[in-house]
Amino acid sequence: MSILVNKNTKIICQGMTGAQGTLHSQQILDYGSQLVGGITPGKGGQEHLGVPIFNTVQEAVDKTGATVSVIFVPAPFCKDSIGEAIDAKLELIICITEGIPVLDMIPIKQRLKETGTLMIGPNCPGIITPEECKIGIMPGSIHKKGSIGIVSRSGTLTYEAVHQTTALGLGQSTCVGIGGDPIPGMSFIDVLKRLESDPETEGIIVVGEIGGNAEEQAAEYIKHHVTKPVVAYIAGVTAPAGKRMGHAGAIISGGEGTADGKYKAFEDAGVTTVKNPSQIGEAIYKILR
Amino acid sequence: MNLHEFQSKDLFKSYEIDVPKGIPVSNIKDAIKVYNELGSKKIVVKAQVHAGGRGKAGGVKIVDNLNDLEHEVKGMLGRHLVTHQTDSHGQPINQVLLELPSEIKKEYYLSILIDRATQKIKVVASSEGGMDIEAVADETPEKIIQIDVDPTLGLQPYQSRQLGFKIGLQLHHMRQFVSILDKLYRLFCDKDLSLLEINPLIVNQDDQLVCLDAKINIDDNALYRQKDLAKLRDLSQEDARESQAMQWDLNYVHLDGNIGCMVNGAGLAMATMDIIKVCGGNPANFLDVGGGATEERVTEGFKIILSDKNVKGIFVNIFGGIVKCNLIADGIIKACEQCKLDIPVVVRLVGNNAELGSEILNKSGLNLTAVKDLSQASQTIVDKVGASL
Repeated sequence: MSILVNKNTKIICQGMTGAQGTLHSQQILDYGSQLVGGITPGKGGQEHLGVPIFNTVQEAVDKTGATVSVIFVPAPFCKDSIGEAIDAKLELIICITEGIPVLDMIPIKQRLKETGTLMIGPNCPGIITPEECKIGIMPGSIHKKGSIGIVSRSGTLTYEAVHQTTALGLGQSTCVGIGGDPIPGMSFIDVLKRLESDPETEGIIVVGEIGGNAEEQAAEYIKHHVTKPVVAYIAGVTAPAGKRMGHAGAIISGGEGTADGKYKAFEDAGVTTVKNPSQIGEAIYKILR
Repeated sequence: MNLHEFQSKDLFKSYEIDVPKGIPVSNIKDAIKVYNELGSKKIVVKAQVHAGGRGKAGGVKIVDNLNDLEHEVKGMLGRHLVTHQTDSHGQPINQVLLELPSEIKKEYYLSILIDRATQKIKVVASSEGGMDIEAVADETPEKIIQIDVDPTLGLQPYQSRQLGFKIGLQLHHMRQFVSILDKLYRLFCDKDLSLLEINPLIVNQDDQLVCLDAKINIDDNALYRQKDLAKLRDLSQEDARESQAMQWDLNYVHLDGNIGCMVNGAGLAMATMDIIKVCGGNPANFLDVGGGATEERVTEGFKIILSDKNVKGIFVNIFGGIVKCNLIADGIIKACEQCKLDIPVVVRLVGNNAELGSEILNKSGLNLTAVKDLSQASQTIVDKVGASL
């Protein structure tokens, strides 16, 4: 078991023939994931990286039976691409693209809610169930099949947590990067719910950052619904207020969204918190062993 | 991206939203000319800076003769305005807005923003206009009225009326209020705004609703399709290093410490600042060089970090995912040579070929130290910088 994706998951890629799409689709294929088709309007009938290309998502779904789409389309076209993926009734959409205007995401978010479609991202590294299925831009080699579920708003910081849990021999069940945008698809809670009921996951690492109140909501959820041990780390204790720290969503505004506030929420929920990012793996290791 | 008040008011005018008549000027000669053109003895002089709290900081003055006008305009132009929202250097005043005065019979607060919690557009109104709205929210939260806009329906007149009634708007102002909100909402959506704030919206001497102030933030991600607005960017109001970094697609934020940081990924960049603090040091900046961490980007990153004279050492923390660490190490060495770095640099590389990358760095003959463990690497740079002070 794992959450959301496994070795049988059939994947299509929107924007596969572009530079980013090509680079990462090759890595996804190399990892052994079942990438079964790509979509580039006008290139239908061609092959790319040994995989058939289709003109529309619907056609790709009909011909391949894919249930998941990963999107590498440039930001100005993502509203269109996500909309197309929702309409083709895919179960899960993973949008890697960074820089989508917020006003494009608001109606998309509404459609996702109406249709029940799941989306990871945008502005995220993707999802991986180690040694089964990688869909995204994370380096596959640092992962190891194991017992820790990881959910994070950051890319490279997720790799840090992965690296540490791999080094300690714990490994990961599934890692989900929910992305650094102010309006994400799946939330911490959506992922926590699934990790809690996943028999392979023994412990959970939550990696948050400044901005918004997703961590506070996650803490409240954990308090009432999560029985597995959770370790939380929040990036940005030293971040100044009012400044966007790289991610569109990482900004403290009006005194809200501080790392201190988020740490307090997790501590109040009985979650083990870590202030030193090099000790995330150790903290969960100590609880489990 | 932020707009100046006069730019925001120009946008309002293009949507037929009432604002006081006013003209921005950037020198004393134009100020005198505009004063005569406006044809009123009494004029409001407003410093145009990207910061709130101008009134209390002396950035808004009322004059009633030409001498006083010259005095106030001279006093503002070329100076820096320090408000509770700026740092201790303040923001440069390069332009002032000269505006006809309004008699204020009543003040309201009005804003439209993106609410991350509901993931919708939100309209906020209050009877307590002209005040610091965060203080109002803290002390009398019941006076802050909010409504969410359904993404499919858009803002409907009934919602504007609901707001109007709840903030105690007089009945004969309701039609105008609904019309203003309708236009503001259209402006917000057409122009990809992330915040639009009017504080205060007033009832003036003619019993009309007028936007006395205007603040607009634009979603940076949407600037590619808001080219006219992008041209309004005023770099003098932004940190020079942040603007320079932006040209190279690097994300930089200046901090007050002495350890420069260069990291790939925003989250890890914040975590790197935090761990320097944990180890007893002080980070000088946030800098995300992105996934590539190529020689060119690292060089530009170093240049920006080194332009801060407080920097006494640099911590480079790269998680080499797709790119091999030995290639990153080669880039770092070339960048160090190009920038003639003479301060200690500690590099931590993780990922493919990390050992090889570290070996290349340690044998470079430069003031470079490769440390594998994150905590140890951070402690090493903190100690080296501490020893040099």
